[in-house]
Amino acid sequence: MDRVSAAAGASEPVAAPPRRVHRLEGAALSAVMSRDIAIFGRYWPSTTFSSVVQPTIYLLAFGLGFGAIQSRVNHVDYVQYVATGVVATAVLFSSAFPGMFNTFVRWQFQRTYDAMLATPLDVEELITAETLWISLRAGVYGMAPLLVGILFGLSPSWGMLLVPFIGFITGFGFASFGVVIAAVAKTIDNFNYVTSAVLTPMFLVAGTFFPISTFPPVLRLIAEFNPLYHCVQLVRDAVLGPLGVADIGHLAVLVGFALLMWRLAIVLLGRRLID
Amino acid sequence: MGESAISLRGAVKRFGDITAVDGLDLEVPTGICFGLLGPNGAGKSTTMRLLTAQALADAGDIEVLGYVLPRESKQARMAMGVVPQLDNLDVELTCRQILTVFARLYRVPAPERGAAVQRALEIANLVPRAETIVRELSGGMRRRLLVARGLIHQPRLVLLDEPTVGLDPQVRQELWSLIDSLRASGVTVLMSTHYIEEAERLADIVAVMSHGRVIAQGTPAELVLAHAGQQVLEVYGPPPELARIDALASERGWSHRRSGPAVAILHAESLNGDLPDGVLRPANLEDAFVALTGELIE
Repeated sequence: MDRVSAAAGASEPVAAPPRRVHRLEGAALSAVMSRDIAIFGRYWPSTTFSSVVQPTIYLLAFGLGFGAIQSRVNHVDYVQYVATGVVATAVLFSSAFPGMFNTFVRWQFQRTYDAMLATPLDVEELITAETLWISLRAGVYGMAPLLVGILFGLSPSWGMLLVPFIGFITGFGFASFGVVIAAVAKTIDNFNYVTSAVLTPMFLVAGTFFPISTFPPVLRLIAEFNPLYHCVQLVRDAVLGPLGVADIGHLAVLVGFALLMWRLAIVLLGRRLID
Repeated sequence: MGESAISLRGAVKRFGDITAVDGLDLEVPTGICFGLLGPNGAGKSTTMRLLTAQALADAGDIEVLGYVLPRESKQARMAMGVVPQLDNLDVELTCRQILTVFARLYRVPAPERGAAVQRALEIANLVPRAETIVRELSGGMRRRLLVARGLIHQPRLVLLDEPTVGLDPQVRQELWSLIDSLRASGVTVLMSTHYIEEAERLADIVAVMSHGRVIAQGTPAELVLAHAGQQVLEVYGPPPELARIDALASERGWSHRRSGPAVAILHAESLNGDLPDGVLRPANLEDAFVALTGELIE
């Protein structure tokens, strides 16, 4: 028997086992993520470099620069304030950008999604797995500013162990947000609008570097609708303590944002992946 | 499960104002190589996408391996392999990594995955290149990998969308023998092509598609006999002479076509009397195809 007949098993009729097909099958999710892991295995040095160096630069610039004129904010050392704030920035950058660019490149340029959707994988599984992978990574990278912060005087605390979870939930929302943007973008250049008009203001109006209590009321109101603000608050309360009732609200906003963006990503990209 | 591996009844697919598939009826029996022959834009690729539910029909019924689409498309995709027309390999991964990811996607059980990948590498003749990144492979190697990727889970049905488009003759021959041995081992193959020779050599049954529907179907020999007859008379001459023959044939109602530097008159065996001088040759599938679609290809 030649190699092909050996490969194509029809000579010994394989009766397809009656197989219940579920939504969001674990095997499908792990298959998609195994691809992400294989690619990460190739590119982790550059990904990790940018995820660590970027928050470090913010930390240095604001902590040392701004901290020299303003040593205490909201009764905490500015280094503590900014190191916890930059966690959200790190999570945002390591989730929204991969959400936008990876999705667009794999879908439009490499056509990887087309190839994968010809297998027993549906759009919901594909997007969920991609988003899961990005947000797991974002949760881990969210720790980078804290580790760097410790070198600059941030006091270690047990609450830091909650940060990867907060980063994961926030990252899930922003990765899905990135997928939504990719789904509606006409070209990859459209991302520039989102980066400058949405993402940059978003991380500035989040209480990352300065408290929003100094803002005019309008901006304060806008901040309340900014998921990143809630991420910052939650991280700050978890790391610097104490956690309170308000944090349940912050968590609820993050979970709500993540669920909303996740479903929206599936609907919008689904429409474009399936003719 | 019925006898057909694939069944489409009245399938319609529109993209805006364009109707790519226009009331398509198609039955592909189990275990044969079925050729979908048609000019570019006839709706072949859209038909392929309908079968994986990557395009959803606006009307009509579609069944693949007994599963009703799109509701049971995931089960259908579990048992079928797809080789797309456009190379969509992951350029950043190695051959082995790509095949492993697809073995997982096709739910090959973990203990069998290594063997499945090895077998696919052998099919693709890429064992020595297993650890090479796809970006560094030649065009022919990439196409073989693309085919092997679709066979990793030993599917009962394989969809090949223009499998040899743009390949040099040697690679094309290799793929043809691969497709032939798939069929020989009992796998149902649905292959779209716009190469007549490919359909003639490989397909047990050919359906000719034009403007989104099947306009003729049969074995290559049946199609030739029905639409081009046994003999074709090729009349050579300078352009004005060819124009005259063209006009004459039209006047007499002879089925004919321009064929390069000649006018080919079909069904020559059944025409009596005042035929012009020319060379008789056996009719072929290209004659039938042109007679059917009125279109020249390539």
